[in-house]
Amino acid sequence: MSRRIFRIVFRALGTLLTVAILNFILFRIVPGDPAQLLLAGARTSVTVQQMDAQRARWGLDRPLFPDQVVDYLSATLHGDLGYSFKFRGRPVADLILERLPATIVLVGLAQMIAILCGVLFGIYAGWRRGGAVDRIATGASMALYTMPSFWLAMVLVVIFSTGLGWLPGYGIYSPGANIGSTDRFLDYLRHLVLPVTALALGLIGQYVVVARAAMSEVVTEDYMVTARAKGLTNGQMLMRHAFRNAMLPVVTLITLNLGYVVAGAITVEAVFAWPGIGGLTVEALNARDYPVLQGIFLLLGASIVLANLIADLAYGLLDPRVRQ
Amino acid sequence: MTGSSQDKAWLLEVNGLSVDYGLKGVSSRAIESVSFALRAGEAVGLVGESGSGKTTTAMAIAGLLSPNARVSSGDVRYRGNRLPIDDDAAMRPHRWSETSVVFQGAMNALNPVHRIIKQIAEPCMLKLGMSRGEATTRARELLELVGIPADRGTAYPHELSGGMRQRVMIAMALACRPSIVIGDEPTTALDVITQAQILKLLGELRSQLNLALILITHDLSIVAEACDRVMIMYAGRIVEDGTVAEIFARPKHPYTRLLIDSIPNPANGKKVIRPIPGDPPNLVIRPSGCAFHPRCPSVMGVCGTEVPSLYKLGQGRVACHMYESSQKDKVAAHA
Repeated sequence: MSRRIFRIVFRALGTLLTVAILNFILFRIVPGDPAQLLLAGARTSVTVQQMDAQRARWGLDRPLFPDQVVDYLSATLHGDLGYSFKFRGRPVADLILERLPATIVLVGLAQMIAILCGVLFGIYAGWRRGGAVDRIATGASMALYTMPSFWLAMVLVVIFSTGLGWLPGYGIYSPGANIGSTDRFLDYLRHLVLPVTALALGLIGQYVVVARAAMSEVVTEDYMVTARAKGLTNGQMLMRHAFRNAMLPVVTLITLNLGYVVAGAITVEAVFAWPGIGGLTVEALNARDYPVLQGIFLLLGASIVLANLIADLAYGLLDPRVRQ
Repeated sequence: MTGSSQDKAWLLEVNGLSVDYGLKGVSSRAIESVSFALRAGEAVGLVGESGSGKTTTAMAIAGLLSPNARVSSGDVRYRGNRLPIDDDAAMRPHRWSETSVVFQGAMNALNPVHRIIKQIAEPCMLKLGMSRGEATTRARELLELVGIPADRGTAYPHELSGGMRQRVMIAMALACRPSIVIGDEPTTALDVITQAQILKLLGELRSQLNLALILITHDLSIVAEACDRVMIMYAGRIVEDGTVAEIFARPKHPYTRLLIDSIPNPANGKKVIRPIPGDPPNLVIRPSGCAFHPRCPSVMGVCGTEVPSLYKLGQGRVACHMYESSQKDKVAAHA
């Protein structure tokens, strides 16, 4: 048991190191000279000496390997992700931490709603395969699953924001509003509704499809016949024997999706001008702000590695067969 | 053989039971006019090839017919009372408390994510109303009863060997002190030695607890070891019924004879497996008359047109036109 956990954690750390190194390499092979980018905003012409001075200042004159890699890894370990080009040299770590809460609230809320609805409908649809709930839920979730979330987001904006005018379709607070803290919170919630809905709808489809498939496989298993022979009621069969087995693939999906909580809503955030990591990514892309992008990529990679780690550990808790 | 419903000596009576399976509008008859009766403590083997109806017969008795099955005639009586075998919810109190099942391939018949002790204790809690502690104590006793140290109860099914899992399955089947245990090919997929151990265990428990045992198998040698009586099924009907000794010494139905001949027995020079020629019958388009007539070596003209009745013959019964005359003689003698 503990040896298995040690192996999983060790493997995750190895993956993390690989991700960091690949991330480093990726941003060295993109076209463009960092020194030129740094001096792009200069009003006067730049001399070769000035360029060399910049390179020396940022350590770009030293060999990529080992000096620059080691510098990068050691700085990353110390929480130093470099400095942004676009945001007047602000530390990348600060920028990311500033934007992180907005994204975590948005994607976290969407995930929670989607998991609750999706798993509930999916489990029930698989349990009563061919029933009314199954046909409606499966049809709807297939449609939602295949719909791009940014498109869904735009449709929601057109209907509920610009059309009916019920809900705000832009930003996190109403602009210029100077109101009390309770009203401010309500305003925040109102701004959350559409982006959360857009994200959650797509995710619900995904959860319904996976939970239904898992459950419809479980109901054909021999141990369900045993449970019925034991004289269990349908509810007891579902809760005591089917549910946990059907949850195995669902839990894997949930934990893997956790990895996207920090960086998974780029398009939806862009549509709603949500000031989260997704919005930051788009801004950094437009400004060719490599240090910021590099930081975001590292965060994304790290959170996916972490999510995989949690998935592995959770699976071991649920399924005794993988514990050895 | 079939007692009246007032006859309390019978533990179980099956009277003219026919079950159909409906599949996409096509209905096929799985068992046809099956009648037999069982006394407490008796062991009966139900033998036949795949699709012969042996499993449907047993599942009907256990109240475990699938939703697409339909009881088109007949009934099943337990201690004289008619069982609502086509009503899933109404059968629930009967299941496991009166009739339990030892399923084949205990690997999948046990839930992979629960400890075995929990799975054995479950019916004690749900059906006998025991507390968790009482049920666990009972489960530990049951494990010891089937020859597994009680401390192994914390194991998961995948941590046990095939034979051990089958023992767990048996312990589970005994949890609610049933009167009838149905063994659905309980020794399939086990090696010969383990198979013998499991059969020995079933036999011991049977006499110890006065259990009636219905053993479903396609293997006549298992029946010979574990049963008093055997019923041979073919295409949904009982074709022969008799004591194990009688059927092995003097098989009457041509199918039974071929079945016994197909068992290799190196001791008396029978080293070659002799298969029964022809294919198992199609249950949707059933052969006319006796379903076995296309494969029967003793086929007569009448076999293709008339379904033979199950004639009483000595202590047993046989469904074959060859014995029609003897039956008529007997009827005449009695008259």
